[in-house]
Amino acid sequence: MSVLQKPTDFTSDQEIRWCPGCGDFAILAQMKKLLPTLGIPPEDIVFVSGIGCSSRFPYYLETYGIHGIHGRAPALATGLARMRPDLQTWVVTGDGDGLSIGCSHLIHALRRNVNIKILLFNNQIYGLTKGQFSPTSPQGLVTGSTPKGTVHEPLNALSVALAGKATFVARSVDTNAKHLGEVLRRAALHRGSAFVEIYQNCHIYNDGAFDYAKNAKIKANHVVELNHGEPLIFGTEQDLAVGLNGPRLETIKQRGGEWADKPLIHDETNQDSSLAQMIAQMRHPEMPEAIGVFRAIKAPTHNDLMPDQSPTTKERAKRLKKQLTSGQTWTVA
Amino acid sequence: MNQKATEPEDTKSVVIRITGDSGDGIQLVGAQTALTSALMGNDFSTFPDYPAEIRAPKGTTNGVSGFQIQIASDHVATPGDEVDVLVAFNPAALVSNLGQLKPQGTVVVDVDAFDARGLRTAKLESNPLEDGSLDDFHLVEAPITSQTRLAVKETGVSHKAATQSRNFFAIGILFWLYSRDPEPTLNYIRGKFDETIAKANEAALRAGWNFGETTEAFPRNFNLPATTVQPGIYRNITGNEALAYGLVTAAHLSGRELFYGAYPITPASSILHKVSQLSDCGARTFQAEDEIAAICAAIGASFGGAMGATGSSGPGIALKTEAIGYAVMLELPLLIINVQRGGPSTGLPTKVEQTDLFQAVMGRNGEAPLPVLAASGPGDCFDTVVEAWRLACKLMTPVMVLSDAYTANGAEPWCIPELSSLEPIDVQHPTSVPGSSPFQPYARNDFLARPWALPGTPGLTHRIGGIEKEDGSGNISYDPINHEKMVHLRAKKVEMAQQLYSSTTVFGESAGELLILSWGGTLGACREAAVKAQKAGRSVSHLHLRHLNPFPVELGNILRSFKTVVAAELNDGQLRQLLRAEFLIDVQGLNKVRGEPFLVRDITKCIEVHLSINNTSHRGAA
Ligand SMILES: Cc1ncc(C[n+]2csc(CCOP(=O)(O)OP(=O)(O)O)c2C)c(N)n1
Ligand code: SF4
Repeated sequence: MSVLQKPTDFTSDQEIRWCPGCGDFAILAQMKKLLPTLGIPPEDIVFVSGIGCSSRFPYYLETYGIHGIHGRAPALATGLARMRPDLQTWVVTGDGDGLSIGCSHLIHALRRNVNIKILLFNNQIYGLTKGQFSPTSPQGLVTGSTPKGTVHEPLNALSVALAGKATFVARSVDTNAKHLGEVLRRAALHRGSAFVEIYQNCHIYNDGAFDYAKNAKIKANHVVELNHGEPLIFGTEQDLAVGLNGPRLETIKQRGGEWADKPLIHDETNQDSSLAQMIAQMRHPEMPEAIGVFRAIKAPTHNDLMPDQSPTTKERAKRLKKQLTSGQTWTVA
Repeated sequence: MNQKATEPEDTKSVVIRITGDSGDGIQLVGAQTALTSALMGNDFSTFPDYPAEIRAPKGTTNGVSGFQIQIASDHVATPGDEVDVLVAFNPAALVSNLGQLKPQGTVVVDVDAFDARGLRTAKLESNPLEDGSLDDFHLVEAPITSQTRLAVKETGVSHKAATQSRNFFAIGILFWLYSRDPEPTLNYIRGKFDETIAKANEAALRAGWNFGETTEAFPRNFNLPATTVQPGIYRNITGNEALAYGLVTAAHLSGRELFYGAYPITPASSILHKVSQLSDCGARTFQAEDEIAAICAAIGASFGGAMGATGSSGPGIALKTEAIGYAVMLELPLLIINVQRGGPSTGLPTKVEQTDLFQAVMGRNGEAPLPVLAASGPGDCFDTVVEAWRLACKLMTPVMVLSDAYTANGAEPWCIPELSSLEPIDVQHPTSVPGSSPFQPYARNDFLARPWALPGTPGLTHRIGGIEKEDGSGNISYDPINHEKMVHLRAKKVEMAQQLYSSTTVFGESAGELLILSWGGTLGACREAAVKAQKAGRSVSHLHLRHLNPFPVELGNILRSFKTVVAAELNDGQLRQLLRAEFLIDVQGLNKVRGEPFLVRDITKCIEVHLSINNTSHRGAA
């Protein structure tokens, strides 16, 4: 075992092939910062990915890595985690990889609570194939394949994850270094499937998609940070909040230092994911968008639930022999 | 049972076919007959023939389920071409199976089912028992339903349960007719059913036996003396059971745990069921959300050092295609099992074909070769899977194993192998790199295999993926020369499999007029036909191939030693095309694509045709 301390110790010798300025760099930087703090030797960490710009991630880390096929990373990771619970397994996917071609694998990995950490880099576009719309592209987005703008409703990554009964659901932003670092740390420590959506800027094909959430001057009015046990308050003056009005969430405003309606208190441990769903569905510009940990509950993992046994070689030979000769047998002398 | 009036007459073999509705317990009659025969020391081969629908409307031809078994005093390899005794529980079953009965064969019908209603549901205008359609056969009109009800009356079971005991009445008749020991079935009944039902079933069986013995419906009964076989402990096994046991055994022999990923599909599902029952042996199953996830999870498992395996049938294999090519690039050991069924598309889900050979050998994008092996019968599924995993580990490659619907469901007696007598599968994982040089995940050994370095090993961290790699370092490389080199390296590595095959032996003379070439589940029919022809003094040899890619090295020479080579297969000539392409030999074809196995007479007829052509051309040349 070789415990490493510095981010550079997790830097592989591979040339990074993302476009300079891509949001992926910022995420990689946070990951390199996080890994040495986990106390896990690099050889016990595996990064699994699909296909896309984002899915090149594993090449740039000095850990074990497996660059998959388009959309299938959660499935690859499920097999690996089943057989090697001693490893820490991360999955890196994109909005096309994880929510289009691989959407069902994503949902099922979460539903099974496989002990893997899934990071979905959402740039609302297909980067690697040069700029077609993705399932998360906002309606009306003009792309290579939609010269007049996309026509369909976008998918909400966190709604999908919550529908898949994910036991850990979070969102962060590529350049919000401190926040992202903390969310990644929480994900790493979660036992079971952790799902993190990261708003990621593709400045080549969809530049500025998340400006409202990144631009230091305006983001405070468009983003609400979730903290367990604390109210959903936001705004440059901290005078805005999210409150529950009957069956829906709405923005409420402080008047004279008083809240007319009570701001919602965040409870990430709520077994019922309905509120988390409502918070996930808050969309810019009507509502602030939430970042942070939406849900973090304890539940048995896939491996906990499967009837797996690991007999010793000798014991296995005995059992196998018993199985082979089970039922009716007869002896020919 | 009463003392028999006359001693049964010895006979060498019999083919019995039991037919009725899916719900009539047909498969149970077949299974008990097989088991009893096995315990009595006979060889046998079975063919369960199910409809695709689980419970089609009762009494209709769509719902007919059948079970055919050949029991013999000698070795048998097929369930038989022609049926000696046909049991039909209803008119639909009778008319849809009569074609299989041999002239003068015996047909036992449940006469109670041949009422106006029964004939109507079978869409028959006239009653086959009366209209002369059975004139060529020995007809036994047995009142199975009414006699069963009478026999079980004392037990007090419901009317419905009484009717359900009918299949045991049929067992009784058959067991008397072929002197089968009723004890194993009686034991089964006592162990399986609650007391009242058990009593009813037992009464039905005894009544059936007595019906055979006391009515004069059958002129005599028969005896099937025991077969002489290799000593050992035996059991019955179906192809899919043997695949499951083979997987777990291969995992054991290679010192790792099995991960079997699958998505349900006929006729491969029962492998998943069986492996799931073997969790105490360290086997892990994963019923995935689809076939793609199933294979990808298996690849993930192999990456982690487990034995990754996946199984499906044609449509599912199609979905796995991209991932199979990916495994070729990753150069990880992996097994892909295809239990072939009738295609294309959904095709004939429960029927047999060998139409996925091209898919197995060639069905991937890019130059993506892999070894392809096919099992020749239920028991051979075990050996084939073990060999496939041996190749996969030695060559660090995915390997495809082909079976088929006929082999999957068919059963035969199987000599249980002694685990300690099987050769271990040696697998090495690197633990360090010599000197201070970086680890080379795509370095190669004498067999051109790369090292299987496992996550968790310090100093060997590396990244693999589907993008072309630089020879040795495994780094991403788009270099044209390197790509061509890697394509050739991967191909050459797969060719290395030839060096690991045991030698190919021709059955019969190693040169001559005619060679029948077969692969997969058609071994039995082809071999039986070859034996017959050889006994008749014909120059016919038979070669059965397990290795379909790469072909055995000596195959070309073998083919060239025969004047005519016929590839017999249940497709439109796939092996034939591969052989022609590979060896530039004008291989002929015997092809059948009806969702049915070969009959021995299909092969015999083909032998006759080809030998007479050869003779004619001799004369022509003179
Ligand atoms: C089976 C298959 N279909 C299509 C592609 C082409 N392809 C590669 S990446 C990609 C989309 C990637 O988009 P996203 O997941 O959003 O990742 P990004 O590149 O934006 O990070 C597509 C369609 C492929 N590699 N494989
Ligand atoms: S195309 Fe977009 S997502 Fe891809 S590397 Fe360039 S900036 Fe990043």
